[in-house]
Amino acid sequence: MRETRDIMGMPITIEIVEGASAPLSAVFDYFTAVDERFSTYKSKSEIMKINRGELQKKECSDEVKQVFSLAEQTEKDTNGYFSIIRPDSSIDPSGLVKGWAMRNATALVQDMGYKNYFIDAGGDIQSSGNDADGRAWTVGIRNPFNRSEIVKVLRPQGWGVATSGTYIRGQHIYNPHNPEQTIEDIVSITVIGPDIYEADRFATAAFAMGRKGIVFIEQLPNFEAYLIDATGIATMTSGFERFIA
Amino acid sequence: MVLMKKFFLSLFVFVASAGYAVGQYVGASSVSISMSSTRTAGQNAQAPVTMISSGATKSALSPVSPTQSVSTKPQPTTVTKSNPTKTPAQTPTQTPSPIPTPVPAPTPKPQGQYVDGTYTGTPGDAYYGIVQIQAVIQNGKLVSVDFLQYPNDRRTSQYINSQAMPLLKSEAIQAQSANVSGVSGATDTSQAFIQSLGDALAQAKNA
Repeated sequence: MRETRDIMGMPITIEIVEGASAPLSAVFDYFTAVDERFSTYKSKSEIMKINRGELQKKECSDEVKQVFSLAEQTEKDTNGYFSIIRPDSSIDPSGLVKGWAMRNATALVQDMGYKNYFIDAGGDIQSSGNDADGRAWTVGIRNPFNRSEIVKVLRPQGWGVATSGTYIRGQHIYNPHNPEQTIEDIVSITVIGPDIYEADRFATAAFAMGRKGIVFIEQLPNFEAYLIDATGIATMTSGFERFIA
Repeated sequence: MVLMKKFFLSLFVFVASAGYAVGQYVGASSVSISMSSTRTAGQNAQAPVTMISSGATKSALSPVSPTQSVSTKPQPTTVTKSNPTKTPAQTPTQTPSPIPTPVPAPTPKPQGQYVDGTYTGTPGDAYYGIVQIQAVIQNGKLVSVDFLQYPNDRRTSQYINSQAMPLLKSEAIQAQSANVSGVSGATDTSQAFIQSLGDALAQAKNA
C-alpha cells in the first residue's frame, strides 16, 4: 500500500508492499511527532523554544540532544561545511532532521517485519527490497531545469538517495565559510550513501562546497554522487555508474 | 644499448615537442585560454594543466633538469574525459603528440622555436582550485615548470590533492523516459504538493 501525506512542509510518500494502512499510519505519525519537536515554524517546538531562549540545550529531549550531537559530528565530517547554526546564530537542524527521521522511520518499518518498502520524503529516498511487481525499486534524478523531467534512472539497491539543490526553494543552502556568497555554479547534487541519513547530510554539505562537492564525495568511501551545474553538464563520481538502471 | 638509445631519442623528441607545445601555449596565452563558451571550470583548466602536469611530462623532463619542481599531484585530465561538450579550444595541448612512448619517434624537431625566458600561464580553474604555472625556457628548451598557484586554501583541497585525482566523468544531462518508483530532487515544498493536488482535482472535475 502506498500513501502520500504532507508533513514537515513536504510531501512524504510511504509504500509498504505487504502492508496495510496501519503500519503506514504508524510511520506517518512518527514523522508528525518529529515535526512537532523540531519544526522551525511551529512556535511550540523545542527548537523554537531554544531559539527564543526559553529552553536550555541541556533541558532538551533526548531526541533533540541526539540530533545536536549528530550535527556536531557532521560538522567535523564535512570540514565545517555542514552547520545547523544560521548566520543569525539561530539553530536550524532541518538539514539533518529529515535524514535522521527517515532513518528512524526505516527502522520502524523493519521492526514491524517488512522487507519491501519505499520512503520518499521531499525527494530524499530510502528503499528496500522490491516493488509490488517484484522489480527492484527505481529512482529518477529530477531535471533541475524542468521539474517534470528526469535525467537519470537509478537502482538504489537498498542505499539512500538524497538530492540537494537550489531549484525548488531558491538559495536555501549557504556556505557556512562564506554566508554572503550564494551558490550559483552548481544547481543540484544527488548523493547515494549507505542509508538515507548518510546520503542526506553529505548531499547538503557537498552542495555547500559548490564544485568541490563532487570531489569531496569521490574521496569518501561508500558514497557516490551526480552533480549538475548551471550549464546542464553533469559530473559523476567514479563508482556512480553501478547504480544506473 | 639499443633500448637506451631509443629512450634518449624519444626523450629528446618529447622534450622538444613539449617545449614546442609550451611555446605555442605561451604565445597563445595572451589571447586567452579560458576560451570555452560552454564555461565549465574543469574544462577551462585543461589547457594549462593537462600538458604540463601530466606524469609523462615529468618523467621526460626530470633528466633534463633534476631540480625542476613539477608537481604531478593534480591531474584533472580525466575530469572531463568523456565530456561531449569538450571544445576544440584546447588545441595548444594537442599540437604535437606529447606522449612519450618507447616507439622510435619520427625526425626530431629543430630547437630554438621559442625564446628564452620565464613565462607565466593564465590562472586556470582546475575544478578544485586555481592552478597557475610558470615555465622557464633556456637555450630554446623547456627546463622547468613550476606551480605558482596551487589549491591549498582549505583542508579539503589539501586532502584531495594528496590523493590521486579522482576519476570523475562528465556528460550533458538528457531527459529520460522511464517509469520510476520515485524522483529524487531538491526538497519539494508543500506548494508543489498543493499544485499537484490542484491539478489532480482539476482533472477529476473534468472527468
